[in-house]
Amino acid sequence: MFIHVVMRRCAFAALIVALGAGATFAQSGQGVLPGQFEFAGSWAPIGTEDVQNDSVPVDYLGLALTDEARTRALSYDESQKSLIERQCQGWGAAYMVLGPFGLRISAQEDPTTKRIVSYVIDPWEDWNGMTIWMDGRLHPSEIALHTQAGFTTGRWEGGALAAHTTHMKAGFIRKTGVPLSDEATIDWRFFRHGNVLTVLMVARDPVYLVEPAIISKGFRLSQMPLDYRDPCAPGFEGHEPGDRVPHFAADQNPFLDEFMKLYHLPREAVLGYRETLYPEYRKKIKDTYTPPPPCTADCGVAGNFVRRRGPTP
Amino acid sequence: MKRAFVSRTIKVRAASLWLEVGLVGLVVAVVAWGMPASVHAQASASPSARDTAPIDLTGYWVSYVTENWRYRMVTPAKGEYRRIPSSQAALPIINGWDPAADERAGNPCKSYGAGAIMTVPGRLHITWQDAETLRIDTDAGTQTRLFRFTARASTSKPTPSWQGESTARWERVPAPDRGGSLSVVTSNLRAGYLRKNGVPYSEQTTVTEHFDIAPLPDGGQLLLVTMTVEDPQYLNAPYVVSPHFKKEPDGSKWNPTPCSSTW
Repeated sequence: MFIHVVMRRCAFAALIVALGAGATFAQSGQGVLPGQFEFAGSWAPIGTEDVQNDSVPVDYLGLALTDEARTRALSYDESQKSLIERQCQGWGAAYMVLGPFGLRISAQEDPTTKRIVSYVIDPWEDWNGMTIWMDGRLHPSEIALHTQAGFTTGRWEGGALAAHTTHMKAGFIRKTGVPLSDEATIDWRFFRHGNVLTVLMVARDPVYLVEPAIISKGFRLSQMPLDYRDPCAPGFEGHEPGDRVPHFAADQNPFLDEFMKLYHLPREAVLGYRETLYPEYRKKIKDTYTPPPPCTADCGVAGNFVRRRGPTP
Repeated sequence: MKRAFVSRTIKVRAASLWLEVGLVGLVVAVVAWGMPASVHAQASASPSARDTAPIDLTGYWVSYVTENWRYRMVTPAKGEYRRIPSSQAALPIINGWDPAADERAGNPCKSYGAGAIMTVPGRLHITWQDAETLRIDTDAGTQTRLFRFTARASTSKPTPSWQGESTARWERVPAPDRGGSLSVVTSNLRAGYLRKNGVPYSEQTTVTEHFDIAPLPDGGQLLLVTMTVEDPQYLNAPYVVSPHFKKEPDGSKWNPTPCSSTW
């Protein structure tokens, strides 16, 4: 009888503890291990932060560029993208946070262990998507194939998904022609707080960046599945195969002053000088800055907002 | 004989009770040993927020302005509110913005309130005011924010202020590598501006922030603040931004400046 009582009470205690432990585990999410979050799903861009501004041709705001990068960017002519062999080239990995689209993410599991092998972020019509390998594989050798998307591995760290991209083809970090070399690497952090996913990009490039380019962008969990895939079909856009590649002499770019004049912005800021990223610069230009005239057109909302009520003015 | 039997029964029952208590305690101890430390921390007798911080936010941090540069580093044109989901009710305020009038009315800090202060280029100095209160001082506008981890004992609602009332909690990571995030909700604000050029938020505004830390390639640290501003009066949708800050080794570049409604 004594043994029965003891066993019964021990079983009861074990049940209580097991329930408590179960509740603790359940708080971390269904089917998601502690320290992780549900990453797969459709994430719509929130669109309240501006990194590409108006896509005017000479806009390097918010970047710390080397002189070589500035020269190359100033020689870039956007009509290069109308060359038939470049129309479907797409943009590199960094465009995930620079482009206007959302993220459709799926998880690939090992059918036996049920462990996640990779996350795939689907491509858009002008972005090549990204596979984040979660299975602990190593990055390939330095001389392995470089692609637009690059090679990305990830791991969970401190409640965030940390990823690292290498092996990117030489490309751009802005659509305005700011270059990124094939020696560039990108560190990513994905933070989830409720239904908001914040993607942090830290891009390093020993050739074209004086300091890492740091961009963060918010996405909101979408109940509607997103799908931006649209096969690129090249066609004639005014350039025949074999035509010269459109470009400018760096010191004769006809659009050099356009963005500066539009918003009364200082030249060194528009051209991506390092000092313009720090608060001291704000103090430096305080006495010389002239604000632009009052806004009369296109003054309001631009971006994708989740409307709560009423029409957006 | 009957008395001896009763006495022996009591002794056996007492012994069995102690044995049961011991066994239950042993089971609980063994299972609890396998739980994450965060669970221990939550269960133990109220250790302070400072002592149980999963990440260290203290120190000096400098704004690194790579997004919304045109709206943060210079004062945008009057009437422009691009990328802010302002409501119809906000338009008269946006179009009627008069910085000189704000200055004259003694309100030069309208663009330094909790709805905007983390996006104002400047430096943060983060310290523990006490074991349950994290303090953020900003050199831009010389503002102070207090993040309280325990509710303030007060019967009356405080007067609305630029920085309002902030309640904070740690969001811990129940995993071997630990880490976590600071979650802060701020309300009871004075009406202010989301941007220097008079894009308004009202006293009904709630600001929800998450503070995360990420390593930088050079060994430094980045503080990422994901902030969501919700205002039923002047916003049609939540306004979400994520300013970030680089950690600095010391306060040698700390340079407090007063609020200004014109710059």
